[in-house]
Amino acid sequence: MIRFETVSKRYDTGYEALARVDFEVESGEMLFLTGHSGAGKSTLMKLILLMEQPSNGNVFVDGHHLARMPKSQLPYFRRNIGVVFQNHQLLFDRTVYDNVALPLQVAGYPHQEIGKRVRAALDKVDLLDKERSNPMTLSGGEQQRVGIARAVVNKPTLLLADEPTGNLDPELSNEIMTLFRQFNEVGTTVMIATHDVELLKRMNKRVLGLVQGKLVHDGVLW
Amino acid sequence: MKSNRPSKPERRPNRMGASATPRNERPRREAPPRLENVRPQGAVSSQMSWRDKFDAWSAHHSNSAIESLLRMLGTPLQSLMTWLVIAIAIALPAALFVVFSNVQQIGQSWQDSSQISVFLKKEASAGQAQDLRSRWAKRPDVVQATYVSPEQALEEFKLGSGLGELANHLDENPLPAVILVKPKIGGNAPDALTSLQQALVADPLVADVRLDMLWVKRLHQFITVAERFVVALAGLLALGVLLVIGNTIRMAIENRRDEIVVVKLVGATDAYVRRPFLYTGLWFGVGGGILAAILLALGFWWLSAPVTQLADLYQSSFRLQGLGFIESLQLILIAGFTGLIGAWIAVARHLYQIQPR
Ligand SMILES: Nc1ncnc2c1ncn2[C@@H]1O[C@H](COP(=O)(O)OP(=O)(O)OP(=O)(O)O)[C@@H](O)[C@H]1O
Ligand SMILES: [Mg+2]
Repeated sequence: MIRFETVSKRYDTGYEALARVDFEVESGEMLFLTGHSGAGKSTLMKLILLMEQPSNGNVFVDGHHLARMPKSQLPYFRRNIGVVFQNHQLLFDRTVYDNVALPLQVAGYPHQEIGKRVRAALDKVDLLDKERSNPMTLSGGEQQRVGIARAVVNKPTLLLADEPTGNLDPELSNEIMTLFRQFNEVGTTVMIATHDVELLKRMNKRVLGLVQGKLVHDGVLW
Repeated sequence: MKSNRPSKPERRPNRMGASATPRNERPRREAPPRLENVRPQGAVSSQMSWRDKFDAWSAHHSNSAIESLLRMLGTPLQSLMTWLVIAIAIALPAALFVVFSNVQQIGQSWQDSSQISVFLKKEASAGQAQDLRSRWAKRPDVVQATYVSPEQALEEFKLGSGLGELANHLDENPLPAVILVKPKIGGNAPDALTSLQQALVADPLVADVRLDMLWVKRLHQFITVAERFVVALAGLLALGVLLVIGNTIRMAIENRRDEIVVVKLVGATDAYVRRPFLYTGLWFGVGGGILAAILLALGFWWLSAPVTQLADLYQSSFRLQGLGFIESLQLILIAGFTGLIGAWIAVARHLYQIQPR
């Protein structure tokens, strides 16, 4: 599903956020990405989503060689990837409902279908009663859950979650993890960035460990 | 949310898992999740019919159209200023065009009263001259022909020039006989006159034909120059409209940068991202065009009464012609089109600078 071939990423500032990273993720896998702050976790996810381009190496996602993807293909490629952004990326000029509906509207789903799916997604993150609220009025954890609902509403084949549980207490964090696991069990490839070591231990899944942009660990815990 | 949780713990344990909730009667089962709800579905587009896609597409069009209009009305003062700037830029050349077409109309009516003076040779007798006069009077391009004998001409000269004394000292009458021909003027004004003139001068009795149409030519020349000027002005002002709209759209794009980024990341096509901004440009153009049409109507209404009085003073039936309904509609259409183009240029320039691509 995902393959990195000696991928490096040097930002315009000259900082090398990723250095010769190699790994492969099978379709239907669930894995974690960990490392200290600034290790390059978000950068790695941005490369998968083609928000950034690697300075070296090749990235393959879902059979696409990203460097060779025509610009016109990009939107359709992104529709198959659900992303939970570290900084939520919610739009504060519209309701929670409209935020979650965005991927479906963009993909041109019929109105009733959007309503059904948005409510199902909001129900999964337990925010059904907030659908008419503005995300601005929600707590940090609630905003994060809106972001999660938006990432899963389109039933993507690949789910990227960058610190999805950062603002959540352990109980809620567990529920979100269970949700992700359910998605994984029905075939979605799930990649989660976190520095919560307890969570990694509990989940007992494959872990990619980054230190200063280098991949230093690949496997079930260390 | 968080704070009220302890008060109702029974709702929460493993809510995602599938414990029954007060709202939703979910079966109490752990592992196999609700497949029908969670199943990933691969390429989104493949499962939608063309009909659905078309519906979604047209829905987004009308949504974008309405929403961009509402956004504009949400900042009424700002929008009004932009509309006014556009309206003035459009109204100015349009007003000049209308004025010139009116002047052309005046020129035409003046040509009606123009006449050709045909000077006859000295040897032409009064009888021959009268023959000639009646022959010409029958021509289809001549309304009227009048014979003025040399004696009559001298009388007129004495009276009209104030040089009567001088004329009295002359031994013989230096003036030739004249036939005054009043041409009938059709569509192509100066050319028709010139060909009539050539026909008249061909007669052997004719010494000279004086067509007093220098001013007609000048007027036509002037209008041609003026029209070019207006075209150039209109071009410049259209450029101004493009810039104004471009700048407005640029700011709109800047204001909605976050939204654009998010929408792109969840898979919006460029066309989808572009659409609301193109509608914004269209509405700016159409709004400016409507205002321009109103400005023009008001302006010509305000001018028409004094112009009518002036025309009456000169016994002219001339009336100021403003923009008609169809012309106003055309004006609005052109304005809307200009707005659309301005938006297109701005979008092409600024939207793609926003990362991610
Ligand atoms: N757009 C950018 N321009 C320049 N440098 C960047 C940019 N984005 C990230 N970096 C740098 O790259 C490094 C890795 O950043 P990244 O966001 O991938 O870290 P992270 O592992 O996600 O950290 P955190 O856990 O804090 O989110 C950081 O040192 C950061 O300063
Ligand atoms: Mg990060």
